[in-house]
Amino acid sequence: MSFISIENVSFSYDEENPAASKAVDGVSMEIEAGEFVAVIGHNGCGKSTLAKHLNAMLLPDSGRVVVDGDDTAEEEKTFDIREKVGLVLQNPDNQLVASIVEEDVAFGPENLGVPPEEIRQRVDEALKAVDMYDYREHAPYKLSGGQKQRVAIAGILAIRPQCIVLDEPTAMLDPSGREEVISTLLKLNRERKMTVVLITHYMDEAVLADRVVVMDSGKVLTQGTPEEVFAQVELLKKHRLDVPQSAELIYRLRGCGLQIDKIPLTQDDCVALLEEAIK
Amino acid sequence: MVRDVSFGQYFPGKSPMHRLDPRGKLIMFIAFIVIIFCTFNYVSLGITAAFTVLFLVLSQISPKFYFKSLKVIIFIVIFTSLLNLFYGSGEPLWQWGILRITVNGINRAVFVTVRIVCLILAGSCLTFTTSPTELTDAIERLMKPLKVIRFPVHEIAMMMSLALRFVPTLLEETDKIMAAQKARGADMESGNLFKRVKALIPILIPLFVSAFRRAYDVATAMECRCYRGGAGRTRMKQIHLSARDVAAFIVTALTIGGVIVCNIFLKRVL
Repeated sequence: MSFISIENVSFSYDEENPAASKAVDGVSMEIEAGEFVAVIGHNGCGKSTLAKHLNAMLLPDSGRVVVDGDDTAEEEKTFDIREKVGLVLQNPDNQLVASIVEEDVAFGPENLGVPPEEIRQRVDEALKAVDMYDYREHAPYKLSGGQKQRVAIAGILAIRPQCIVLDEPTAMLDPSGREEVISTLLKLNRERKMTVVLITHYMDEAVLADRVVVMDSGKVLTQGTPEEVFAQVELLKKHRLDVPQSAELIYRLRGCGLQIDKIPLTQDDCVALLEEAIK
Repeated sequence: MVRDVSFGQYFPGKSPMHRLDPRGKLIMFIAFIVIIFCTFNYVSLGITAAFTVLFLVLSQISPKFYFKSLKVIIFIVIFTSLLNLFYGSGEPLWQWGILRITVNGINRAVFVTVRIVCLILAGSCLTFTTSPTELTDAIERLMKPLKVIRFPVHEIAMMMSLALRFVPTLLEETDKIMAAQKARGADMESGNLFKRVKALIPILIPLFVSAFRRAYDVATAMECRCYRGGAGRTRMKQIHLSARDVAAFIVTALTIGGVIVCNIFLKRVL
């Protein structure tokens, strides 16, 4: 069985009239342990709502979410689930609760009642994992956006979850901050086999994932490997979603009659494909 | 602009003051407040001033920051000392209309100045060398007995530490909102006091709205990190009394003793 399974989940914020405005509408998907899944879609497509279902912050109106064998609806399991699935939010400022970096990272393990010596170990390890160990005694408000978000990730890592869910962690960051966060995530996934669910609206981030899930109006539009998903340029365009630049370029060239079957995802692939086509 | 204030900031470090038990520091600070207002002659005033200086030196923090925190209250100090200077009782040394200076007035002015300055310096020393988390942790532990009467000790301590954490963030936000309103033509620098206060409304409303939104986000983030109240929580930084704390207590006790002895055996000036 997969690590997280989402079974036909629907959810509405409107309690009086739930049928009319569903934020998430009959979504099913499986997330395997060790996988890097990207969820993309417009603002208001339900991707953030879905993220909050993964660690029992929200409970489905119908359907169910099962994390490592535990149904999120079981109240006594709530904190076990939050220990297994950590959620990082968009605004780094609002996730840091202490005035010193290392004390903030310690907040999670402190809540779990971990013994002090072990908290110290976990904090050091988490800060090293996100390359923020040298800043352990700094005040969070003096850090850059990317650094703050990495501290927020360390705060989740110190809980030692098996899976980390990130709800648009780069939306408020500048390009170099985005780069820092994404490379940290890749490292965690590749080196530590951490399951990563990245919710984003940046296509070039989604390209890095093992699997991409596209959501639109609360439903799953399509999912598959980045190659499979971004090959469906027309479908994505119809739902006013972007594709990576190189995919867009090849798609347009095809429209002009150029014979290229593959859709490239990165600049290098694109250059190689074009070179071949020109020969 | 507002961010220039150093009072209430924390400077990480490893000085003897940093290493003291925050509970001890808090108790010593409270004892110090009491004792500074119980000094009635120059010897005891000197003892408390020396005590303050000793701890400032031990904190190993640049005097620059202490001066900065004094700068904030300089007007209060000048105002109260002038007020005291002219309201002394006894034979006037100098008189001009209703203004008259007496020996008693001069004494009062000196005492009030030294007291306020020492108080601010000691307060700064406490916050400079104690992280907000340590401070609230200390308050939580010291107030623990109140739990018996169902006083929400942990909740209050948590609220305090969150408030301290968000002071710089909200200041930054205030600056941004002010800039945004100025860009739309808001005038905050001219007009009488009433007009200026009124001009603050378009700053305060967005600030409050965003603070509430932030509070909601913070609560979500805390729940994501398994926060469920004070029960069963542990702390990474354990605090316990050491020989250093005992030494600090002895120094404080000697100061208190010195002040009491001076008050009994020497003439009161005030």
